[in-house]
Amino acid sequence: MTLQELITKLNLTVLTTPRDFSAVIPQGGYASDLLSCVIAGAEAGNIWVTLQAHMNVVAVAALRDVSVVILTENAQPEAEVIEKANQQDVILLATSEPSYEVVGKLWELGIR
Amino acid sequence: MSSTLQELYGRKGRTVTDRDAQEITRIEEVSYELRTADVMNRDLKCLAPTNTMRDVFNVLHKSHISGVPVLESDSLVGIISQEDLMRAFADGDQDAPISKYMTKKVMTVKSYEPVIRALEIFSNTKVGRLPVVDENNALVGMLTKGDITRGVLVAIQKDYQDEEIRRYRASHLFEDIISDRTSLILRYKIKPRDFDSGGQASSHIKRALLRLGASPQLARQCGIAVYEAEMNLVIHSTNGGVLRIQVEPRRILMQTSDDGPGIPDVSKALQPGWSTASDLARSMGFGAGMGLVNIKRCVSKMEIESSPKGTKLFMEINLRSDETFKAPPGSSEAPGV
Repeated sequence: MTLQELITKLNLTVLTTPRDFSAVIPQGGYASDLLSCVIAGAEAGNIWVTLQAHMNVVAVAALRDVSVVILTENAQPEAEVIEKANQQDVILLATSEPSYEVVGKLWELGIR
Repeated sequence: MSSTLQELYGRKGRTVTDRDAQEITRIEEVSYELRTADVMNRDLKCLAPTNTMRDVFNVLHKSHISGVPVLESDSLVGIISQEDLMRAFADGDQDAPISKYMTKKVMTVKSYEPVIRALEIFSNTKVGRLPVVDENNALVGMLTKGDITRGVLVAIQKDYQDEEIRRYRASHLFEDIISDRTSLILRYKIKPRDFDSGGQASSHIKRALLRLGASPQLARQCGIAVYEAEMNLVIHSTNGGVLRIQVEPRRILMQTSDDGPGIPDVSKALQPGWSTASDLARSMGFGAGMGLVNIKRCVSKMEIESSPKGTKLFMEINLRSDETFKAPPGSSEAPGV
């Protein structure tokens, strides 16, 4: 499943610079709002689901080479956070749904 | 690349897809940085309104160009192109003066304007070439889409070379500089409670290591250790602290130091899940009590010295033999020299 398809199926808003995400194929995922847990548990290529939307989310994602972050429950990052994400090649996506629902849908779509 | 430029020129009345938008970004940036004078053709071929259409044919044919500006006593009065020539030849009117067929309302760009301005004109009109004039409206060059494409490509190529050179220089640092023990020391000041810049030092370090030729895995490992250490200073230290990284051909030493308040119980701090983080830090997703545990996983050796006067955290990563930075042959790197 490509990221482009996921964005359509989950009706996600692309916060960073939009482009064609057909070449991005997420490998598994990780859900947590605790940054150190993400550092310990996430793997390169994962989708990270969180409701944290501050600068350190981008730092942690870049650190772990997690290129896709889904911000849940309408968490709205500041403009600088989006800018930083663009610089660091981190894709920020947003949804109004809670993390639980998002993870459930990702699982059903085969992101495991 | 050139197809993207084509799309940029022909954008009018067409939806820009996500893909275009992404690829245009750097090109647009360059288009703002470059001035028309940087990319224009300065080798001007000009004709007068009294020249004939046959003269136009000769100039275009000889110079392999598709249009020329028409000047009358040094001021620009028109532009004549291949298309005008075809019209004249179709009418059998080869000996007519240029003034009969030239475009008289000439659009121009200023030499100091950014290339993007010319691109706007190209995409909003049908013109194929633009005379470039200076601040006194004197003709100084001609500009076509092809000139812009070349200029943009050269600029992007230069970006790429600059990064290559940086990488090359950095990755040969240890090889090119000969000493008995070479190390590169990076220092960062970390401010307390500055969650917005927190994580910046570690991202700089990760990038520096990649430029020095570290494997992505090694850079990630160091990045994690340094990030946790950096955030510890942001979250816990009274006055912030200093992060010091020492890169040597065969190992990386990392150290943070601060002046308080110290870790109340170091053995507890090493247990997964134990944390003294504030509510603010916790609300931002810190304070999982995994910081030191994460560091330990990433480094070969970790030591903590802590008292109410301050904490020093030492971390060391010994590089595997296939990961070592290039060192000059025969140099000794015995620790403590």
